[in-house]
Amino acid sequence: MAETLKVGIADMNVCLPPDTIMTIGLGSCVGIAIRDKQNKVGGLVHVMLPNSQEVKSSSNVAKFADTGILELVRRMEAKGAVRSRMVAKIAGGAKMFAFQSKNELAAVGERNVSATKQALAALKIPIIAEDTGENYGRTVTFNPDTGDYEIKAVGKPVRVI
Amino acid sequence: MSEELNIDDLSSQYFDVLKEIGNIGAGNATTALSTMLGEKVDMAVPKVRLMEFKDVGTTMGGEEQIVAGIYLVVQGDINGSIMFIQRRESAKNMISHLMGMASEDEENFSEMELSALKEIGNIITGAYLNSLAQLTNLTIYPSIPDVCIDMAGAVLSVPAIEFGTVADKLLLIETDFNDDKNMSGYFILVPDAVSYEKILHALGVI
Repeated sequence: MAETLKVGIADMNVCLPPDTIMTIGLGSCVGIAIRDKQNKVGGLVHVMLPNSQEVKSSSNVAKFADTGILELVRRMEAKGAVRSRMVAKIAGGAKMFAFQSKNELAAVGERNVSATKQALAALKIPIIAEDTGENYGRTVTFNPDTGDYEIKAVGKPVRVI
Repeated sequence: MSEELNIDDLSSQYFDVLKEIGNIGAGNATTALSTMLGEKVDMAVPKVRLMEFKDVGTTMGGEEQIVAGIYLVVQGDINGSIMFIQRRESAKNMISHLMGMASEDEENFSEMELSALKEIGNIITGAYLNSLAQLTNLTIYPSIPDVCIDMAGAVLSVPAIEFGTVADKLLLIETDFNDDKNMSGYFILVPDAVSYEKILHALGVI
């Protein structure tokens, strides 16, 4: 029986086909789905903030793009995935409220996306698709068998990247 | 104030104080709402909870529940933000009470309705912040409100992210306005770490 594993905010999970992984309601957060193309080990991490160095409360590694992606890759490797065969798809990083740019956490969605790209580049994992930015929330489901990353948003048709 | 404040390990005494602020703030907000709607509005005792991010969506009927969030940036002696969140039905209900007519569309919000919703948020959060300012003797200026209607998880990610820089848990205040009319909402006040200390200090707790 195929199961759908749920990933919460600042949380991660790793799975193998036929299981899939989903995370609900990505706002300014980013959902990073990574997959080993060959043995199809898949993982998803839902990060909230760009950088673990910038804040005081950093005990949960899944909260940050830098530490979260690193930990996800490590867990995937523990399940037999090989880094050189990994590819990534990313979604989220929206700007939910128009005036968000006025406060100090200016455009955190945008910063999350760029920190995600940096962290993946540092690990030499290519991003093969993305659906980021805009001003709406996304619910995503990742299928490690096909590599499909399904994105649902309120009042919009389902998109697969 | 020498010792650094850790919000995740908030002692029950701090928590009681924050709860009391929640109570008084929500009480003032209810009075304001009643004046605005021109009718009697009752309020149940607010439920104040300190919860993990990942459980916040569930409280509002699931992370995919459509909610209306009204968000204001707060400046002055304390910095941070305040959000008033309602389920879509609750928001529609309040709007139709305010405008004196039922909405034609149950799902979408017209420009007029959005602007009414902002006004509701403005008045309710304003009343809430006022009581906080009076209790603490601190100066608090809210910005103009902005509204977002989307999945609970996505709307809540905004205060969660702000709070995420100081703690792993979120302080949520649930207020039921009228139990028979489906008007309820949640306040999320997110002061930064320094402001938290200021509030507690002003109240004589630390």
